[in-house]
Amino acid sequence: MSEIVTSPAFKENARAALADVDLQQALKSVEVNFIAKRRASADKLPEFEALRDAARDIKDHTLAHLDLYLEAYEQRLTAAGGQIHYAVSAEEARAIILGICRKVDAKTVTKGKSMVGEEIAINAHLESHGITPVETDLGEYLIQIRGELPSHIIAPAVHLTKAQIEADFRRVHTHLPADRNLEEHTTLLAEARAVLRERFLAADVGITGANFLVAETGSSIIVTNEGNGDLSQTLPKIHIVLATIEKLVPTLEDASQILRVLARSATGQEMSVYTTISTGPRRPDDPDGPGEYHVVILDNGRSSMLGGDFQDMLRCIRCGACMNHCPVYHAVGGHAYGWVYPGPMGAVLTPSLIGVDKAGHLPNASTFCGRCEAVCPVRIPLPRMMRRWREREFERHLQPATMRYGLAVWAFLAKRPRLYALATSAAAFGLGWLGRAKGRFRSLPLAGGWTRHRDFPAPEQRTFQAQWRGRKRR
Amino acid sequence: MGVSATAQPRVGLFVTCLVDFIRPTVGFAAVKLIEQAGCSVEVPRQACCGQPAFNSGDRATTREIAEQVIATFAPYDYVVAPSGSCAGMLKVHYPELFHGDPNWLPRAEAFAAKTHELISFLVDVRGVKRVDAAFAGSVTYHDSCSGLRELGVHAQPRALLASVRGLELAELRDADVCCGFGGTFCVKYPEISATIVGKKVANVAASGAGTLLAGDLGCLMNIAGKLQREGSQVRVRHVAEVLAGMADGASIGEKGEP
Ligand code: SF4
Repeated sequence: MSEIVTSPAFKENARAALADVDLQQALKSVEVNFIAKRRASADKLPEFEALRDAARDIKDHTLAHLDLYLEAYEQRLTAAGGQIHYAVSAEEARAIILGICRKVDAKTVTKGKSMVGEEIAINAHLESHGITPVETDLGEYLIQIRGELPSHIIAPAVHLTKAQIEADFRRVHTHLPADRNLEEHTTLLAEARAVLRERFLAADVGITGANFLVAETGSSIIVTNEGNGDLSQTLPKIHIVLATIEKLVPTLEDASQILRVLARSATGQEMSVYTTISTGPRRPDDPDGPGEYHVVILDNGRSSMLGGDFQDMLRCIRCGACMNHCPVYHAVGGHAYGWVYPGPMGAVLTPSLIGVDKAGHLPNASTFCGRCEAVCPVRIPLPRMMRRWREREFERHLQPATMRYGLAVWAFLAKRPRLYALATSAAAFGLGWLGRAKGRFRSLPLAGGWTRHRDFPAPEQRTFQAQWRGRKRR
Repeated sequence: MGVSATAQPRVGLFVTCLVDFIRPTVGFAAVKLIEQAGCSVEVPRQACCGQPAFNSGDRATTREIAEQVIATFAPYDYVVAPSGSCAGMLKVHYPELFHGDPNWLPRAEAFAAKTHELISFLVDVRGVKRVDAAFAGSVTYHDSCSGLRELGVHAQPRALLASVRGLELAELRDADVCCGFGGTFCVKYPEISATIVGKKVANVAASGAGTLLAGDLGCLMNIAGKLQREGSQVRVRHVAEVLAGMADGASIGEKGEP
C-alpha cells in the first residue's frame, strides 16, 4: 500500500540495512557494474554531454508549456480511439483502474514495470477486490512474490542475491520438481519465463507504465529489456497506460533524443532492448492489439511542483543513474528510504509527494558529494534541491532541538570573529593539551557520533590566527 | 605592508575554520606556497564560511555570515582557501545566496570571481608548474568532492606533486568517491558515514602508499581517524604540507609537533 511509509524511520532502516549481509553483498553489483557501464557508453559517444543539454531543454520546454502539450496529446489520443482519465490523487487513480477492470469482469491483470503503479500501490488494491495482478518484469515479479517494494527504480530486485532468488522460487513454484537446477542465472530466468508465459495468456487487462507520452501523435512509449511490456499490452483485451504529467514530450523526435541518454545513463546500453510505441486500441486491419486503450494520468501533487522550487525535479526520466552513483545508496540500499523512490531522486521527490514531515531524513541523508548531479542526464541540481528541503524543514522547525540549539550557538560565534577567536583559542589550547600525549582522541564528550567509529585528531595548541598575529607582532 | 608593496598581488588567506583550529600547519604551508607564487599574504580576522548553517537550511544566518566575509575580503586582489569545500562555498554558493538581490549579487559575484582553492590558484591563476620540495616515499591522493565537482580540481595537485623530488604517486582506486565526511552528515548519520569511510580506507590500504593526501581537512580528519582506529600505519596530510616542504613533523592525529 502506498500508506506503508517507513521514511520517518530512515535511521533504523539504515542500521538494519548495514547489518544485512545479503543486502551488502547484493549492493556491490550496483557500485561496480552500473558505474563502469555508464562511463564506457558515455565515453564512446562524443556528443553525450550535448545530448544531456538537449534532453534537459526538451523537458524544460515541455514543462513550461505543459497545458498546451497535454491538450494536444489528449486530442490525438482521442482521435486514435483511446480514452484518457485524469486522477488527482492515488485513490482516484486506483478507483479508475478498478472500474475499468470490473467492466470486463477481469480476473487477472498483467503488469509491465511501473513506478507509478508502485506509487499508487495498485497491486494491493486490485488484490483486495479479487483481481490477481501479475508482475511480468522479472525484478518486479521477484519483489511481488516477496511482498516488498522495489529497491531501485530500474532494477527493482537489485537488493537480492542469487541464492535468495533461488530460495524464493523453490518456495513459490511448488508445482515444479524439487530437484531442478536453479544454480545459474539462465536457469532462474528460464523458470520465471515459463511461469510468466502462462499468465500472459490468461490476462484480461494489461497495465503498463510509460517512459514518454508524445503530444504530436498521442502515443505512449515504454522501454524494457525483457519484452514484457509488449506482451502486457498486446495480448489482453484492454490496455491501461499509467502515467504522470511529466512524461509528456512534444514530438517523437524529442522522445528519440532523450532515449539516447536514457539507456546509456541507466545501464550503459545504447538503447534498451525493446522500445514499444502504442497509439490507441487495435485498428480494423491490425493483426493484434487491445480492444480498449486507456491512459490514466496521475497528478498526485506534481502540478503543485510546477513553477516552484522543485519544478526541475519534473525533468526526471527515471534512469536511476543518481542512485547508482550515490555513496549513501551504496551503503544502505533502496528500502531504507522507506517508500517507492530511493536515492537522490527520491530524496527530492518523496518529500514533494508524501510531505517533508514524513520524508525529512531523505534530503538530510546526503553528503552533498554531487556525484548524482554530475551524472544526471537531464542535469537536475539534486544537491541544491535537497538543501531546499532542509531550508523548508528549518523554516518549519522540523529539525531536532539539539541540532537547532547547537547551530544557534555556533552561529552566534561565527558572526562575531573576535569572540570566535577567543572561544576557539581556548578550546584549541584545552583540547590540544589534553591530546598532546597521543596526538588524538579515541573518545570525546559530545562527539560520540564521530569517535564511535574513528579517532579525532588533537589540535595544535594554538590556532592559526593566534600564531599568525603573534608572529606579526614580533 | 605599504612600504614593500610592489606590484605583488595581495592575497587574503581564507584559512578555514578547521585549519585554524585543528591544523595551523596547513595555513602556514599555504602562506609559503602563495608567497612563492609571487603574492603577498594577509590574514584578516575571520571565522567560518557559513557551511554548517547553509547545509542545515538556515539561509538567513548564512547570508549574514556571507555578507561579513565578502566585506572583510573586499580589499584583496584574491581570496585563497586551502579547501575545495570552503572555496566552493565562497565561489559557487555565495552568488546563489544573493540570487535576485541587486545590491549584494554583484558584490558576491565579484568576490566569487577572485576566490580560488589553493592548488588551483597556484596552477591555474599563477601558472606555477613545479614546487621546490622533496618527499621520500609513496603517496596516494583523494579527490575531495567539492573541489573536484564544483571547482574542477583534479589535474592541478597531481601536476605539482609530480615535481616533488622523491615522491611517488600511487593512484587511489575510486579516488573521486566521497569519503563520507559531508560536514554535519558524519555526526547525523554516523553509521552510514563510517561505512563509506570504511570503503575509502580499504582503498587507501590497497594502494600500498605510505601517505594519503587530499586538499580538504574535513575529509583528511575523517580518513585519518578511520585509518588510526583500524590501527593502520598510513599517514595523512594536507597536500599543501608536502608541496611546501613542510611534511617532516607529525601527521594528522599523530603525536608530536606537526
Ligand atoms: S534524477 Fe536524474 S539521474 Fe536520477 S533518475 Fe532522474 S533523470 Fe536519472
